[in-house]
Parts: sequence; C-alpha cells; structure tokens
Amino acid sequence: MTTKRVFPSEFPRPLPGTEFWPFWEACRRRELRIQRCLECGELRHHPRPYCPGCRSRRFEWALMSGRARVVSWTICHPPVLPAFADRVPYQAIVVELEEGPFLVSNLIGCELDDLAFDLPVQVCFVDIDDELTVPQFEVIPRP
Amino acid sequence: MSAGLRDRAAIVGIGQTAFGRNLGRSELDLACEAIMAACADAGVPVGSIDGLVSYDIEQVAAWHLGSTLGLDGLRFFCGTPSGGGGVASTVGLATMAVATGAAEHVICFRSRNRSKAASYGPGHNQGGRPWEKTTSGLADLRQFHHPFGIAAPVQEMALIARRHMGVFGTRAEHFGMQAVAQRHHASLNPAAIMRAPLTLDDWASSRMIADPIRLPDCSLENDGAVAVLVTSAERARDLRQPPAYVLGAAQGYHTIHTELADTFARSGLFGGPSTIGGRAIAERLFGMAGVGPGDVDAAMIFDHFTMAVPLTLEQYGFCPMGEGGPFIATGATRWPEGRLPVNTHGGSNGEAFVHGFNHLPEAVRQVRGTAVNQVEGCEIVFVNGAITDTHGAVLLRC
Ligand SMILES: [Zn+2]
Repeated sequence: MTTKRVFPSEFPRPLPGTEFWPFWEACRRRELRIQRCLECGELRHHPRPYCPGCRSRRFEWALMSGRARVVSWTICHPPVLPAFADRVPYQAIVVELEEGPFLVSNLIGCELDDLAFDLPVQVCFVDIDDELTVPQFEVIPRP
Repeated sequence: MSAGLRDRAAIVGIGQTAFGRNLGRSELDLACEAIMAACADAGVPVGSIDGLVSYDIEQVAAWHLGSTLGLDGLRFFCGTPSGGGGVASTVGLATMAVATGAAEHVICFRSRNRSKAASYGPGHNQGGRPWEKTTSGLADLRQFHHPFGIAAPVQEMALIARRHMGVFGTRAEHFGMQAVAQRHHASLNPAAIMRAPLTLDDWASSRMIADPIRLPDCSLENDGAVAVLVTSAERARDLRQPPAYVLGAAQGYHTIHTELADTFARSGLFGGPSTIGGRAIAERLFGMAGVGPGDVDAAMIFDHFTMAVPLTLEQYGFCPMGEGGPFIATGATRWPEGRLPVNTHGGSNGEAFVHGFNHLPEAVRQVRGTAVNQVEGCEIVFVNGAITDTHGAVLLRC
C-alpha cells in the first residue's frame, strides 16, 4: 500500500550513509529488512555491527514477513515534535514481528479507542517524500 | 558473596541548593554552593576535596570546579553512564576510591539549570527539550524513534509502562497512587517545589502527556544542585555528622529507553529470565551487604516518571514480579504508615528533579534520623538509579 502524508514541519529524517541506512533503503523498496547474524541466525533490531549473541560481524539484511502483533502503545499529547504537532493526539506502537524482533511504529487507520494488546498487524509503507519512506502498520482484519 | 565494599566508606556530608524554576544561576555556580554546603555539613575544609565523581553527561567540568573552588589537591576523577542511571553509582565509585586510597574526600555531585539559556545548545548532552529540537539528519539511534513521533522520555516510558500493564495487569492508577504519595511527602517538606497536596481525583483529571502517563507522574523541570561527600569509614568517625555507611554498592548494564526495540527484547522489565539491570544488580548489592530487601526501612527510588517505582520495587525484590502496582495500592510506599516509604522527600515530582541526585541526601537524612518525614527506627535505606538505563544502587546504614 502507498500513502502520502503531508507534514507541516521538517520531518525527522535519518542521515543517509550510516550503518543504519540499509534499513531505510529497504523501506524505500517496500521491504522490511532486519539484521540477521550469519553465524548463529539471531535477528537484531536496532542495527549494530556485531551479533550480541555470538559476536560475529557477519550479517545479512533479512526480509521480514511484515506480520506482527501490537505489544504496547501510547497516545501522545503535547509537547511533541514539531512535525507531529498537527496530529495530536496521535498514537505510537511497539510491535513484535512474527520473526521475533520489536519495532517502534504507528498504526494506520485505527481509532485510538481500538488500540489493544495482541492486535494482529501487517507492515505497510508510507512515503514521506521522494526520499524517505517509513514503515507503518495496519490491522489485519480478523477472519 | 564477597563483602567487597561493605562498610569501607560513608557519606559524611550532604549539600543542596534551593530548588526552583529559573534561579538565574549557572550550573557551575549552583554546583559550587552544593559542594561547599556538603563540606560544611561534614566539617571538612573545601580545599581537602581530592576526588570528583559525576554522571557522564554532567556539564560542570572538573577543571572548572578546580579553578573556581581552588581544589589544587584533586587526584581522582570518574564518571558513570547515562543520566538518571548514575545516582547511586557515583557513591559506589567514590567508595572504591576511598577504599583503595586513591582519594580521601570524594565529592559526588549533579547540577542542573533547565532555563532555556542554559539548556539549549549544540552539545549532544546539553539538556534542551527533545520535542522542540530539529531532527533532520539523524545519524544515531533516534532515527528509530523520531520518525514515529517518539522523541521525549515520557513517550518512551509510556510505551514501557503500557507493556507492563499488558503483561501484569498494572493499572495507570497505580502510578497515580505513587504520584499522590510523593506529593503528600513533598507537602510536608519545606525544600520541596510542589507543596500543594494532590488527590487521586486531581491526578485522574490532570492533563494526559503520553497515555498512560499524566502530568503529576512526571518529574519537574527546575534548577538546582546536590552534592554528597564520601570518605573512608575510619575518617568518617572523626567528623561532625553521624556517618551513613555504604553497606553495599553495585552497578549493572541495562538497555536504555532511547533504544526501545532492544528494551522490549532484552530488558527483563516485563518478566522472564534476566541477566541484566535491576535483578542482576540486586543480587550483587544484597549479596555484598549481607541483608535482603525485607531489611530495608526506606527506599529512594529513581522516579523520572512514577511508573519507574513499581518496576524498581519488582526488579529489586521488594515485591514479586508484576506486583509493584498492587504493592503501591496497599499504601506500602506512603509515609508514615507504609512498610517501605518511598521518596520521603517528595521525589522528582514533588521535591525537585536533580536527575535523582536529591534522593541521596534524603537517604542520608533518614539514616541520621533527621528527615522531615522521618521513618521511625530507620537503619537501612536503598537508593537506585534509573531502572530503564544502565544504572547502579547503594544501601546506606547508620
Ligand atoms: Zn550470532
């Protein structure tokens, strides 16, 4: 899914070229990729240069299914970042990916009152502009 | 476990400035006043200070203190990770210094001026309000929070608190009850900024900041400085005040709240086995001290937000995992009737926020028997740093 949002102020933006940048490049391609150790297979997020499990420096950016569940949320009231000022109150969530790692994100198309633990969600990607795409989540309708 | 640092050192002097908004004084100025007050309290000449311990993020440089207070004898310097994590760790480090002879009179201090002139600047650690800062070109791990609207500690703590509620059934009211207890303590403390009592109804109708955290759950934004003087147990016996002996001191690695993905994956704040943070520190701390959580008479718990109190109670074994909220609901943390009064000076939402450092002099006053909200028969007091960071804890005894 592609959605464009308009933000009133400069959007908080990762600096290209750091060791974290491949995460954002993958989002641009509408892929959620997380570092996986090539020695022991452990997934880790945030990105880091060594595996905390086995200390190997060898890793790949592994493609995630994008399926996750909501394990926490908050509803933010002022004061907030200037780019988010026109959205208050807005929600932010922590999801646990099907593969294990956790991620801070937001839920799209969900009323604040409907936030709940264990909501099944699926990643989607929102273009902030021509350079930045952020991963967001949508509720998977229960069968 | 080894007795290690047990009874090798004592806090012999405490000093603090007035606490308030926009005191109009620099952090150096405030630090000097608190340090001199700690020396005067102990009866130790300021020029005898030979060691300084502070947080890594402290903005008052050792050389500026040396040049301002004439501390020509300085020979020991040391910092400890993060901000609120380091409260109690500083005392442990000072204890090591005096136990090894690296120094004899060690000052641990924190100074904060939160007025805009002082806290806005280019320095990474220079206070400032994170939600007001421009955040383009994020080169660090803030890039995994800020693009999702998570920028302030209160928002990060809200996500941690909500998870705790989901796993254990903790209720937001439990945080509110702790806010009310601390404001009750503050209302009786002339040094406190927030003297007006707070009821649970007031709390429930107060402004929401980051659901489930409300305004009275939050630490204050104010200026002020605090210092404590640590010396060896032998030297302590010659000084003016009854010593507050360091019965145990320990530090430990922990994930930080600014890296929430890692906190959720590894911290142990939400149950399950944990080899990091509070539970690991508790084992070392109580092992060294030869006492248990049940022997503690009062606790000064780092409370950037009141949600930290139930989590700390659990991690350090004052109650079982997941029962921090119900523990507070019994009134256990409220002075004078509670069985473990917590933050008897009013804590960070009542007395002042000095990055938790004002908890140290209150612990000393409780051990001396001179606190305004004195716990009867108080012999052992617990102090810790931020449960959500790499932090440390100490036990003080009379
Ligand atoms: Zn590995």
